[in-house]
Amino acid sequence: MSVKQQELEKSWQQYKTQQRKKNLYYAFLTVLSVVVFLAIWEAVVRFQLVNVRHLPAPTVIFQTFIEKLHSTVPDGNTLGQNVIASLQVSLTGFFFAVLIGVPLGLLMGWFEPFDSFVRPLFELLRPVPPIAWIPVVVVFLGIGLKAKATIIFLTVFVSCVINSYAGIKLTSRTHINLMKTFGAGTWETFFKVGVPSAMPMVFTGLRVSIGSAWSTLVAAEMLAAKAGLGYMLQVGRGVGDARIVVLAMVTIAALGATLSALLNTLEAHTLKWKEMR
Amino acid sequence: MENIAEKNIDTRPIKVEVKNLTKSFGDLLVLDNLNFNIRQNEFVCVVGPTGCGKTTFLNCLTRILEPTSGDLLINGESADPKKHNLSFVFQEPSIFPWATVEKNIACGLEVKRVPKDEIERRVDRILDLMGLRDVRKAYPKDLSVSTAQRVIIGRSFAMQPDLLLMDEPYGQMDIKMRYYLEDEVIRLWKELGSTVVFITHNIEEAVYLAERVLILSNKPAGIKEEVIIDLPHPRDITDPKFIEYRNYITDQIKWW
Ligand SMILES: Nc1ncnc2c1ncn2[C@@H]1O[C@H](COP(=O)(O)OP(=O)(O)O)[C@@H](O)[C@H]1O
Ligand SMILES: [Mg+2]
Repeated sequence: MSVKQQELEKSWQQYKTQQRKKNLYYAFLTVLSVVVFLAIWEAVVRFQLVNVRHLPAPTVIFQTFIEKLHSTVPDGNTLGQNVIASLQVSLTGFFFAVLIGVPLGLLMGWFEPFDSFVRPLFELLRPVPPIAWIPVVVVFLGIGLKAKATIIFLTVFVSCVINSYAGIKLTSRTHINLMKTFGAGTWETFFKVGVPSAMPMVFTGLRVSIGSAWSTLVAAEMLAAKAGLGYMLQVGRGVGDARIVVLAMVTIAALGATLSALLNTLEAHTLKWKEMR
Repeated sequence: MENIAEKNIDTRPIKVEVKNLTKSFGDLLVLDNLNFNIRQNEFVCVVGPTGCGKTTFLNCLTRILEPTSGDLLINGESADPKKHNLSFVFQEPSIFPWATVEKNIACGLEVKRVPKDEIERRVDRILDLMGLRDVRKAYPKDLSVSTAQRVIIGRSFAMQPDLLLMDEPYGQMDIKMRYYLEDEVIRLWKELGSTVVFITHNIEEAVYLAERVLILSNKPAGIKEEVIIDLPHPRDITDPKFIEYRNYITDQIKWW
């Protein structure tokens, strides 16, 4: 038994070393892909394969980035102010949507009467695309933080509800019956079995919605704002400064990727029990 | 066979009374007027063909299903998982993938609001008994199928259940692991003094484990016969008396 255990332990260590090497290799490929992309971009611009006025090179973007850290031209905000404005809006909307949407979806999926009560309203709101809310929201809430956060909220809310609902519906019958034989009530089973069963789907919902939150935000800022990355992009276009436009795009991309990476880390930590494919 | 049964009359108090238990799903009559008793600390095996209603019987006992008519009493009271300390090893895998081995074992005790230090004590004991100490912090994804099954069995024994119900728990195991876990169940049963109802369609397993075997007839299930296995544990499957029991039950089953 113990000999077998040792052998197992040894091969497990080997497997882990192998995995670590593999992960390092993948990380290298990721970095390589970005570097190659930037190099091609730089080359295309340097050798005038396109008009430089329309496409600034990565080095120029980097320069603009440095300048824009303290310059408020042309949109009236530094890059940092724009980033903070955008993050504030998207994270506020995102957190409230998660805070309300996830429990709502879970409860709808667990308690059928509650489902029948809430579902008609939800089904009516669901098909409205988030951007379509913008005019209504602007009328009622103006163009401040509250207005834009509300639009983000609506985007994220829907996918939080849907995924949590679907997730808790997947709870194994056997697990529910097991809790019943222990003598657990429906609430206890909800918290101890329903909620953990739903977590993988909940995280799928979060991952999908943080992406859409970010893109909706940019759209919202392009329509109505005084600060933010979407606003910066819009102003840059207005004054015909491609550098500002591209810098805004790159910042949006980088922040979006960072947010998903953070979420992935949180997911890996919360779902460490799960077999990762 | 019958005279063996009469030789030593069981004087243990009655634990479970099954009274006129009938269950049908719509027009399909599955359990037809079952009547029998199970004594305190008894190890009963129920054998019957697949689909005859064995799982349905256990589901009635734990109130996962309501009987169509008749009743099941535990200690003279209508069976109720909120009141009685039951534990069920399901035919399907039932380990919680999101909980570590020790959390899986503690889960039922938490539902029963057993004090924290008592939970710790019992979990430690089960980890030792089942040889799970090294994997106590592991998640089920890192366990082999048979280790996971040991956790499930440990979890049900940790409850120190009045009544332990096992529904073909070893159906998917290879023969070596099955032998090992059969001995394990006997050991835990003796150490903890639980009452065990063990369902199987493996006659050898039934004769190896049970003090008494209930043979169910095919649909609708009724009790075809009870056989008392009057052999001491641990049993030897090559013992002529063992083989005699096994052949006897196999003969009874030929009438299915
Ligand atoms: N929920 C249910 N609804 C309808 N029929 C069922 C249900 N559960 C079991 N049955 C039927 O009852 C019979 C007995 O099933 P079961 O108790 O699972 O058999 P066993 O455990 O002995 O293999 C089968 O014919 C099965 O199809
Ligand atoms: Mg069955």
